[in-house]
Amino acid sequence: MENLGYLLAVYTIVWLVIFGYVLVLIRGQKRLRREVEQLKDALKDKATK
Amino acid sequence: MVSKILLAVSAVLIIASLALIFVYVPTEKTMGVVQRIFYWHVPLAWNSFLAFFIVFISSIAYLWKRSPKWDILANASAEVGVVFTTLFLISGSVWAKPVWGVWWTWEPRLTTALVLWLVYIAYLLVRSYASSSERGARFAAVVGIVGFLDVPIVFLSITLWRTQHPSPVIFTGGLVPAMLLTLIVSIFAFTALYGLLLVQRVAFRKDEADLKRMKRLVESD
Repeated sequence: MENLGYLLAVYTIVWLVIFGYVLVLIRGQKRLRREVEQLKDALKDKATK
Repeated sequence: MVSKILLAVSAVLIIASLALIFVYVPTEKTMGVVQRIFYWHVPLAWNSFLAFFIVFISSIAYLWKRSPKWDILANASAEVGVVFTTLFLISGSVWAKPVWGVWWTWEPRLTTALVLWLVYIAYLLVRSYASSSERGARFAAVVGIVGFLDVPIVFLSITLWRTQHPSPVIFTGGLVPAMLLTLIVSIFAFTALYGLLLVQRVAFRKDEADLKRMKRLVESD
């Protein structure tokens, strides 16, 4: 099982990078949702004035 | 719906790919266990090329039709392509260390692949530096079309020049059936993953563009 460390390193790095990218996507979607809510509030304020 | 199907397909295929790589496929005689990096290294490279091909087609369509949907598709595909290219460069480098004795060497395949990565990093950066989003999209489309010229160069580099990188084995019968099956399953797994990430990124970019438009409308009232 020589060089097993290199093999495991590659599979770990691939997973970590893909998970990291998915986390970035999820954070972006959360930010977008927050902005939509803010926009809705702004529209409601305008309608009541 | 499409996302859910792609998520299920990629999850099943990635689990199958891992099982084939770590349980089923025989160990290669020369390189030993480290050769198993091949089963994810090649699908990552293939999907990078696919991603940049989508950028190429979408960029042409954008310059021709000037419809933002093509720019959104190109931008999303470039982003996923850069992630996959980063991973195939890293996996290649880690594989090179035990086999060649070095992490990196300036031989044609590695150099052209690094140039490819830099081109699409430039593609993503060019938008941020443009004075307007329309201008940024136009510049990026030009980079996306010209940059794609490097993809066939990367692909053919191992046959055009003398390189340290192994010669093609997939279409030349260099793989035993178990290895070929493992590779094919892994290619499908990463293609499904690419599809999933692309669909998610396109949806996000569309929502972002819609939100920007709505904000402008609210501010102009």
